[in-house]
Amino acid sequence: MSKATRLSPTTKIMAYGFLGLWLVMAAFPFIWTLWGSFKVEGDFFSKADWANSLFGTLTIAETGGSFTGDGYYGAWIQEEFWRAALNTFIVCVCVVTISLTCGTLGGYALSRSTYRYAFWFLLFALMFRAMPPLTLVSGYLLPFFEWNLWGHLSTTIIVLVAINQPFTLWMLHAFFKNIPTDLDESAMVDGCTRFQAFRHVIIPVMWPGVITTGLFSFLLAYNDFAVTTMLLSKENQTMVPKLVSFLGTTQTKGNVMFAVAAVVSITAPLFIMIIFFQKQIVSGLTAGAVKG
Amino acid sequence: MKIWKTAMLGTAVAALTATGTFACEADGRVSIIGNEFPAIQTVAAAAGACEGITFSSNLTADHQTLNVAGMTGNPAEYTTAIVANSSIVALINEDVIRPLDDLVAEYGQDIAPSQLITVDGKIMAVAFMANAQHLVYRADVLEQVGLEVPTSYEEVLAAAEAIRAAGIMEHPVGGAYAAGWNLAQEFTNMYIGTGGAFFKPGTAEISINNAQGVEALEMMKALTAYMNPDYLTHDSNATSAEWEAGNVALMNMWGSRTGVLMDDEGAAPEVYENTAVSGPLTVGDSGTPATTLWWDGWTVAKNISDEDAAATFQAMAAGVSPAILDDTTMSQAVWLMEGYQPEAVNEGVLASVAAGSTPYPMRPFQGLLHTALGDNIADFLQGNESAEQTLADIEAAYTAAATEKGFLQ
Amino acid sequence: MKHSSFFWFVLPSALLMLTFIAFPIVSVVTQSLYQEHEQVLIEVENCGPFGCTQSTTVDTQATEALRAAQPLGQWAGLDIYKDRNHLAFAEVGEAWASSVSMRDFAGSLMNLPFYDAIAFTLTYTAVVTPLTIIFGFLIAIGVNAVARTMRGPTIFLSLLPMIVTPIVGALVLFWMVDARGVLGAGLQWLADDPNLSVKASTPLTWIMLMVYGIWSSAPFAFIVYYAGLQTVNTDTLEAAMIDGATRWQRIRYVVIPHLVPLTTFIALIQLMDNFRVFEPIVSFSAQAHARSLSFAIFNDLGGETRLLSSAAATSVLTIIGVAILLSPVLVRTWRDFGKAR
Repeated sequence: MSKATRLSPTTKIMAYGFLGLWLVMAAFPFIWTLWGSFKVEGDFFSKADWANSLFGTLTIAETGGSFTGDGYYGAWIQEEFWRAALNTFIVCVCVVTISLTCGTLGGYALSRSTYRYAFWFLLFALMFRAMPPLTLVSGYLLPFFEWNLWGHLSTTIIVLVAINQPFTLWMLHAFFKNIPTDLDESAMVDGCTRFQAFRHVIIPVMWPGVITTGLFSFLLAYNDFAVTTMLLSKENQTMVPKLVSFLGTTQTKGNVMFAVAAVVSITAPLFIMIIFFQKQIVSGLTAGAVKG
Repeated sequence: MKIWKTAMLGTAVAALTATGTFACEADGRVSIIGNEFPAIQTVAAAAGACEGITFSSNLTADHQTLNVAGMTGNPAEYTTAIVANSSIVALINEDVIRPLDDLVAEYGQDIAPSQLITVDGKIMAVAFMANAQHLVYRADVLEQVGLEVPTSYEEVLAAAEAIRAAGIMEHPVGGAYAAGWNLAQEFTNMYIGTGGAFFKPGTAEISINNAQGVEALEMMKALTAYMNPDYLTHDSNATSAEWEAGNVALMNMWGSRTGVLMDDEGAAPEVYENTAVSGPLTVGDSGTPATTLWWDGWTVAKNISDEDAAATFQAMAAGVSPAILDDTTMSQAVWLMEGYQPEAVNEGVLASVAAGSTPYPMRPFQGLLHTALGDNIADFLQGNESAEQTLADIEAAYTAAATEKGFLQ
Repeated sequence: MKHSSFFWFVLPSALLMLTFIAFPIVSVVTQSLYQEHEQVLIEVENCGPFGCTQSTTVDTQATEALRAAQPLGQWAGLDIYKDRNHLAFAEVGEAWASSVSMRDFAGSLMNLPFYDAIAFTLTYTAVVTPLTIIFGFLIAIGVNAVARTMRGPTIFLSLLPMIVTPIVGALVLFWMVDARGVLGAGLQWLADDPNLSVKASTPLTWIMLMVYGIWSSAPFAFIVYYAGLQTVNTDTLEAAMIDGATRWQRIRYVVIPHLVPLTTFIALIQLMDNFRVFEPIVSFSAQAHARSLSFAIFNDLGGETRLLSSAAATSVLTIIGVAILLSPVLVRTWRDFGKAR
């Protein structure tokens, strides 16, 4: 860390204190869920006494031990949650790739155009995003059924990309604006076309922004419920609609512990992903590229 | 229990095919859309076991949003929708299901006449299971306070007061009073119990701002005094959880949910051993039980070829034939087929039917009223406004919605 | 940038948005201007397993003829927008005329579903947006101060509220704030009131929804700021330090200006998302206490009989609301546009 960003002891203590408090707030519900996922439902939701969820009173009464893997067994083996995991994987990879490809091209162009129409383009993209997704999705149903597009993973992928495109464009536009125009313009003076300049000069320095944007595209596809629940058939279901279907309906009881186990299961791969990409976020910049 | 669902389906199908108790053969496409609870899974699995058909099914909690869109195209994506008496009206309104009279005459010999749902003399659906809300009580708690099992909401209030006074429970009454669909359902029950009529006869004009409407609201408010203060967030899941935690001694609950309350999972022995069911409750002196009867049944899409319609009818008829009933499927629902033997948990639903309860109305605009009720009743229960004001709000909200849908001009 | 290269660069995005967003918006606006045909009702006898009852049903043949003549429905103009479940002009006028005081008028206004929803939506947006930005900024500064080896886990933990599937995350929190849940019991102990229940009180439910809103979207602001902080020019910072600038001055004159475009971006997205607040209301079963515009749409589309025109009208009103809300930020962007490069 450079000398300039070094902190004085008091600010350091304050910063750490605040950060520590935040980390507890951020992680506590998840850790609670992780712990509870090895209990039975009566303990996890502990209507009688919240301390039950710590000590697992009912878990001991029902299963004999203070921890049980029933939730995980039920979700992954009996309900074949792995199929949903596979579908989610396909959806996420495709959504992130397509989103970022379209988004970097568009975002770059928008950050470099000085014409007013680029502003209007961004403005309309923003207004498109204001549309509540519920209304959009319910409007898709009839034509999708009519043209036999309903239920396929590919349809859902394109819809997710499209719905998230305004966000991706705005975010990348903001990042590209931070990359000095001298970089690509000097390349063009040297005889590159616009696309060559983009490819050889901009792409190498754009990764922090792209990775951050990619993270959001990924989370959107990973956590989406409104689109996936309405547009995917049962066998193509992704993880979130699948785990919501564990929750039951008005007239019948579901199996909430399957859902809890599923939540823990789908958060684990993200841990690995973020540990991996934080290096890119922290050190992805080529030295000097951004000293405008 | 959901845990056993997959295993059960396996055995159900295996039993059916192995013993060959039914022979179903048809030629055509069968595609089911419906809710996902175990009884429907059983029916769909049995229908899919039919030979010679191209079969697919989409059983999901979102079936109501998908079925109209999926049956509107030509040919329709779904050849059959499994619906309840509240949700069939959307299909009739949009004219996407066909009358079944000719198919029943040709292939429906094994369907009991009581299973046929007719609208204006035309068979529109075949029902296969029933459901209703009724009283669930804790036998031990009532014994402690020395009271009989209540048969009316007035007796429920008295028993609740006695239980609270005896210091046994602070909030002895439960109920799915979550604002929205559940709360509207409770008002519908209560209002029917007071003998009120929702609409002016023969029209879509609402008329609930009357003495019965006020009586129903007042009774609901009186009950909430004995409920957990969070009652407006308690749907049937949360209410059942309260029950299993032993915090509640009396509640009006769905028959289909009593099975899990009486099994040995999720609760202490003194709770599940003493959980008992009885018939529907009354309110006031109208004599009509304050509950509604529900059926689930299947329909056949209009926009499909006659061949597919015939195949769908045959497959679904096989799906709800008495042959599907065995040890595991018997307890999944209150089946309407011959050969169904009820168990103790099902007595509440049967008692509701026997008491002459009213079926949930199949009016085309009842759903609009249900939404309006769910949005407005909480204001009264929270003490924000008078009963008359709440009823007037409901009428105004309904009228605006019904005008938009063309029921009122 | 030349027109032609701009065109080719934005073409894929533009096509996607036109097909899946712009075109549906046009159809939604059209839908909101029409209402359904007059439904021809007939009295019938319905029979089933529970006996026969007199009821009404739609005469489908008669209605079909009407539908074939006008497939879109009856032209309603702005009637849907003006009806009682939306802008309620007639009811507002009446309340204005009959109210004795402003308080009385406000009470009547809050009894109308649209104004009730807009009151919650605006309060929520006004509280959650700035707090999210402040929190996100502070967390980013904090994480940036942590030793490099610890940053991975810290980032992961900080992102958890955003990562955990919102529907289940909210459900778990909902159970935790129950009067007998761990947080609910904690609050009772803090407030020294054994009967305190967050779910039973309207103000506490509002606070709970807002705290959840900040909790779940602070990670978004954090990660954007964090990525932005990595690109702060350290040379400028060091130069400023040599010139004797205090730490506060360095943040004020170097770091913050660098983060301004990102703040604009976060503010835009957060204002919009908060204005469309919906999921927490469903997950927390909070509709008795708080309703938002998006919730009204959900309600219209989720009933047994779907109110498509009503949902369409509310959607159009939402877009207009967002446009008004974002106009200050947009005017700023408009001024900045074309300069600073």
